[in-house]
Amino acid sequence: MAKEKKKVSRRKFLIRGGLGTLGVLAIGTYVFRNTIRRQIAGMVDTAEAPYLGNTDSPLIWFEITKDNKVILYSPKVEMGQGIFTGLAQVAADELAISMDQIKVAHAPSASGNLDDFATGGSTSMSSLWQPLRELAATMREMIKAEAAQKLGVSVGSLSVKDGIISGGDKTITYAEAATNVVDWDIPDTPTLKDIKDYQFIGKPFSRVDLRDKVFGTPLFGMDATMPDMLYGAVVRPTVIGATYIDADTSKAENMPGVVKIVKEADFVGVVANSMLEAENAKNAIVVTWDIPKVWQTQDIEAMIEVGKGKPYVIQKEGSPKELLKEDEKLIVSEFKSPIGAHAQLEPNGALAFVEEDRATVMMSTQVVKITRNEIAKRLELDEEQVNIVPTFLGGGFGRRLHTPNGIQAAVLSRAVGKPVKCFLTRKEEFQNDTFRPPTHHVLKAKLNGKGLIEAIEHNVSSGDVAWGSPMLPSILETIMGADLGAWRGGMIQYGAIPNYRAISWRVKLPFATSWWRSLGLLANTFAIESFMDELAVKAGKDPVQFRLDQIQDDNRGYRLKEVIKAAADKAGWTNQIVAGRAMGFAASTDVNTPCAQVAEVSIVDDEIKVHKVTCAMDPGLVVNPDQVKAQCEGAIIMGMSASLFERMYVADGQLQPTIYGPYEMALMKHAPKEIDVVLLQNAEAPGGVGEPPLGPIGAAIANAVFRLTGQRLREMPLKLA
Amino acid sequence: MKISFSVNEVPHSIEIKDENTPLLWVIRDMLHLKGTKYGCGKAACGACTLHVDGEAVRSCSYAVKFAEGKKIRTIEGLGTKENPHPVQQAWIEEIVPQCGYCQPGFMMATAALIDKIPEPTDDDIDRNIINVCRCATYYRMRKAIHRAAQIQRTTSKTME
Repeated sequence: MAKEKKKVSRRKFLIRGGLGTLGVLAIGTYVFRNTIRRQIAGMVDTAEAPYLGNTDSPLIWFEITKDNKVILYSPKVEMGQGIFTGLAQVAADELAISMDQIKVAHAPSASGNLDDFATGGSTSMSSLWQPLRELAATMREMIKAEAAQKLGVSVGSLSVKDGIISGGDKTITYAEAATNVVDWDIPDTPTLKDIKDYQFIGKPFSRVDLRDKVFGTPLFGMDATMPDMLYGAVVRPTVIGATYIDADTSKAENMPGVVKIVKEADFVGVVANSMLEAENAKNAIVVTWDIPKVWQTQDIEAMIEVGKGKPYVIQKEGSPKELLKEDEKLIVSEFKSPIGAHAQLEPNGALAFVEEDRATVMMSTQVVKITRNEIAKRLELDEEQVNIVPTFLGGGFGRRLHTPNGIQAAVLSRAVGKPVKCFLTRKEEFQNDTFRPPTHHVLKAKLNGKGLIEAIEHNVSSGDVAWGSPMLPSILETIMGADLGAWRGGMIQYGAIPNYRAISWRVKLPFATSWWRSLGLLANTFAIESFMDELAVKAGKDPVQFRLDQIQDDNRGYRLKEVIKAAADKAGWTNQIVAGRAMGFAASTDVNTPCAQVAEVSIVDDEIKVHKVTCAMDPGLVVNPDQVKAQCEGAIIMGMSASLFERMYVADGQLQPTIYGPYEMALMKHAPKEIDVVLLQNAEAPGGVGEPPLGPIGAAIANAVFRLTGQRLREMPLKLA
Repeated sequence: MKISFSVNEVPHSIEIKDENTPLLWVIRDMLHLKGTKYGCGKAACGACTLHVDGEAVRSCSYAVKFAEGKKIRTIEGLGTKENPHPVQQAWIEEIVPQCGYCQPGFMMATAALIDKIPEPTDDDIDRNIINVCRCATYYRMRKAIHRAAQIQRTTSKTME
């Protein structure tokens, strides 16, 4: 690709405020911690997601091919959320090419097109919406400038359509215009098209990766190959808190197919000619572990308890503490959620080839830059000498924010001087996951004489989520204390209540906990929205109206009300049991996307059966309605799976179970036969989509079960007494 | 030892040290067909589902020695982009995949199902399609299975 001539004429692409400014704000105001903490907490919940990667040059984002197509190199990875399709629509519209003319590929780290954050947190489209359109529009103008020169006409006289530039009576393709250009001029960012003039944005295009995924094309990290590739296996701990001390490898050394045993200060691995030979040799290695304590489930449960650990008030309005003194009017409820596994189908692993002065690593990762930097550090190479080639992810969900597997494959490759592919087994996946932490919630409230909430308080005790990952600056942790992932969805969203507060109790667990699709949203919404249902029953009110009556009159409140009304209308909401089925209602707001759901439930053979879910969500401008609906459908069933079935436990130091089946998950037979999604668009730009629809489902189901049986289920996974 | 079988109608004769090697790894690492996936290694998730003599088999737990003389079909042999199998056609029309990793296993299981039960009911689907999809694409998958069955019935009628 050609290099750019100069940057002087270049106006910086617009950088929006929001989370990116947090670090600065946090440092500057360290002394006023408590107030500032709450302000930041509020900002984290409402800030627009910034894009933190390089937007200086369109040339690292786009490549024009000889057949007059454009390749968009995406710094965001495709893990099923459909981001490649959405980005293709956005870029094609400003590039003035057809959808058939755009292809999307992962940007390798060596291209310099790197995201400083991650693919996660439902931020990919919302953060790239502005910069990608600007980059595409700029690229279009750059091609036009070259065309003008080649055609000998002025840029102003040119028109473009479908990658063909017309000027006077002449036409030239993008490919022709771009041929032999050595020094590109990068102009000021042009004015973007009016949203109403977009051809592709807002339309339900099919996925750009659909056919590859239907015909079995090798796409994933585990499918990657290189010539002369060998296979690695690493001995991983099976017990919580185990630290590697040493290993007896004498038996493994002589096993068939073994090329080399690799002993490091922190792990031992083996390289062999085949995957099975590597696995067999690995299983013959005897490791000495330091195991300070043998943990049990009850130890963990005893730690996760409101009142233990350190409390941080993350939201406060009025005088909730004073009003929620214990007396006969005080209503108190408790809820719990278990440890959750990611259980994504493609295990973690990597294919690495380390040569003397460079390394190439093909893998599924949500944090391309962090993965690169960690591998470079371990190999003592410059960061630019390590090229991460991201592959499609066989599921992300937050599981690929931690990538020590990349380091391990690289270390094994360096030891043998050949490419080495090294993956975790399913058992290793389950035991070395970075889990969704268990939670305990205590909610308190008092109703006033009109049956409305006078004061409410949500306490959540949780293991770390955001601080469990390497993605956020540690200064934030120092300032915030409370874990912004653990409290996601944990604030009171009913702003017309005069007195409310939310308190996050932070607990450090002895095993890794981190981001799991929607972070704390599922558990926090389960607790708060079950409690709201309880309060509505106590107040003798309809749960939908009860919610609507306590939402403030501002834009955020308006959007929340609208999804609540839309979900209720579409579902034909009733508080009555009809033909053995009851409805349950719940709503949440996450990354500025409000979402309301109605679950229609019956009890079949003493089991909770979800027949239909109606979902109304307002993610702002919708780039691809079909894929937003797909995210809702998947999130609803995944959330249902976590709410009804999933639970990890600890037995004699081991996280269990270690296989699908015993780790019970929703299957085809559990999935609702009807999912009805209504999309509202009450914001001008796209907001988050991947996680918000996971919020309400647990509470919606539990609230329906209460209507049917009178049982208030307070613990996930939800089981009837 | 030497084991002979066909994969997607191409005959193969492979030399293998351990006859108990799961068929999955022979298909993936020796024959380089990567569409059949590893998910769990214990026949618990179905990501590795392929056909052996027309039967859906979880190849991670199927020793290669049992494949002797058999006809194996993988996702790569189900249909082509030019001429998709009814299951693939239905999957495209319903836009089923998200991450896509488990989808070949589901499609192979579905192809075997509609060969046996040309007009499966929801109960038939619930009983027979028991693979795991973490993106939880089950809602569209059910629609696609019904559609695939319909396409296959229409196609076979036309051919009669």
